[in-house]
Amino acid sequence: MARTGRATAVVFSFSLFLAALISGAIHCGSAVSGVAAAADKPAANTDPVELLNVACDPTRELWQDINEQFGKIYERDTGRKVTIKQSHGGSSSQARAVNDGLEADVVTLAMWPDTDLIRRSGLIAEGWEKRLPENSLPYYSTIVFVVRKGNPKQIHDWPDLVKPDVQIITPHPKTSGNGKLSFLAAWGSVVTRGGSEDQAKDFVTKLYQQVPVLDVAARAATMTFSKKGIGDVHLTWENEGQQEVQDSKGELEIVYPPVSFKAEPQVAWVDENVKKHGTVDAARAYLEFLYTPVAQQMIAKHFYRPNSEGDRQKFADRFPPIKLFGITAVAKDWDDAYQKFFNDGALFDQISEKK
Amino acid sequence: MMHDHRQKGKGFFVNRTLPGFRLTLGITLIYLSVMLLIPLAACLWKVTQLGPAAFWAAVWTSRARSAYFLTFSASFISAAVTSLLGLLIAWVLVRYEWPGKRVVDSLVDLPLALPTAVAGLAYSALYVQNGWFGRFLVPLGIHGTYSRLGIVLVLIFIGLPFAVRAVQPVLESMEADAEEAATLLGASRWQTFWRVILPTLKPALITGFALSFARAIGEYGSVVFVSSNKQGETEIAPMLIVSKLEQNSYAEATAIALVLLAMSFGMLALINVLERRSRRHYA
Repeated sequence: MARTGRATAVVFSFSLFLAALISGAIHCGSAVSGVAAAADKPAANTDPVELLNVACDPTRELWQDINEQFGKIYERDTGRKVTIKQSHGGSSSQARAVNDGLEADVVTLAMWPDTDLIRRSGLIAEGWEKRLPENSLPYYSTIVFVVRKGNPKQIHDWPDLVKPDVQIITPHPKTSGNGKLSFLAAWGSVVTRGGSEDQAKDFVTKLYQQVPVLDVAARAATMTFSKKGIGDVHLTWENEGQQEVQDSKGELEIVYPPVSFKAEPQVAWVDENVKKHGTVDAARAYLEFLYTPVAQQMIAKHFYRPNSEGDRQKFADRFPPIKLFGITAVAKDWDDAYQKFFNDGALFDQISEKK
Repeated sequence: MMHDHRQKGKGFFVNRTLPGFRLTLGITLIYLSVMLLIPLAACLWKVTQLGPAAFWAAVWTSRARSAYFLTFSASFISAAVTSLLGLLIAWVLVRYEWPGKRVVDSLVDLPLALPTAVAGLAYSALYVQNGWFGRFLVPLGIHGTYSRLGIVLVLIFIGLPFAVRAVQPVLESMEADAEEAATLLGASRWQTFWRVILPTLKPALITGFALSFARAIGEYGSVVFVSSNKQGETEIAPMLIVSKLEQNSYAEATAIALVLLAMSFGMLALINVLERRSRRHYA
């Protein structure tokens, strides 16, 4: 009898796991929401204010620096003490968490579709991209190559990736934003330089046949390449690649391909939440602060490319020029790109089907 | 022993050693509802948003079928290996005295405490071509990571405590005199094991198997680090769920989860039936 009970318990606990997996975003949301809700009465001008910045994974160190600076400046200018809480995670799961009730005041996610997902749920106003300078893009980045010391396989440009003996490390395009951008960069490297879509398809087919492991997330791919020593080239964001090279103590180096995809981690405040928390002004000031020279300096320090009018050229020696193309070079828009490349049965599924 | 928790005679409200039948049952039911039934119902509710056709289209693609197959076969193999290893470890821990036994005994629970992602990373670092094991195995053509073998290996690690802990108490309570009697009656060592020890242990072995099997089916954190996550090859079913979520297809993700759940429920029910039949056979 006891054993039957135990087997039933197994089934139950397994079901619980599945249920938890599905509603994971909801649970993760409720943990932080209490924090943000504490500030819901409209504050008198000198009351301390608290912001929750829901961000994507690799920006942890960047926001630590920026939050500290912003806190000082905001208190000096307004007399209000501001505390910024951070939440980090995979970009698209962060977007889902906000939709499910994680009360973010601002979101700083890795790519447009993630922020726009929150707009679709009604939490962010229509036309959010136009509210801040440069299309709400205080900094940008791109996909570069990280190779082993001395670049033994002589990888300089996209076509070099599909040389027969080259192994490529890049995360899974279906589960990772980094993986999606790398895919689009590879595709665009063909079609923006006079190649046809068929040629692009051939190219990415070959490329993904030479990917030995499709890690689920960007950091896992970094581990695979730098710590486990698998592969000859790692496709990743410039800032991630720089970090990886620094950590490798001379074992790895960066290669800038002549063309690549422009990664646009736009920022936005979450209208419904800032209204509820009475943090409209602080959230706006926080995001506008990103365009000031002080913040742009820190952004450059963390290897994101500054995008404010005055600062774009200032760090030219730190950021070698690459010809960058955006989403419109590879698809009509992001929705079209998902349908064309990443959704079930779309191009990525077709090229990875086992023959 | 079989009937110790059954109510005999006077219906439901009989005084028991533990006071407050209503209270304890109430807490049990509330607990089960909040922790299990409501999340499960939410799961089902999500799935009902799909029509039958959409449900079928989501759960029965060739990609999904190979993911189920991989998940169940890898879990089955790992649970089988785990049960054997678990029996061996439990045997050594119960029947012999040796220095360091205590330490090993507590090490057995380690896989429960370790975040599974750490286990996955450690395994994959060992078996890659420049890892401690990999540098010897990869030249022989044995790929212990980014392969199906890697998935099985890490699932064995994850499931081990369940198998050991299921068998251990039964072995402890087994008196040696039955074996001695068997030996005195002229049974060989093999016969003693096969006819005396194994039948007694069988239910515990089956429980251990079922526990580690179920644990393996739901395992995600460690597997994604040792798998190359290629569809139709090394892509497990939970990975499919995550990739559906990533496309914001909640209902479809839940649908796959439900199929997985139904399948494992069926398998465990089957195991239960087999177990009960085996006991009747030996009774």
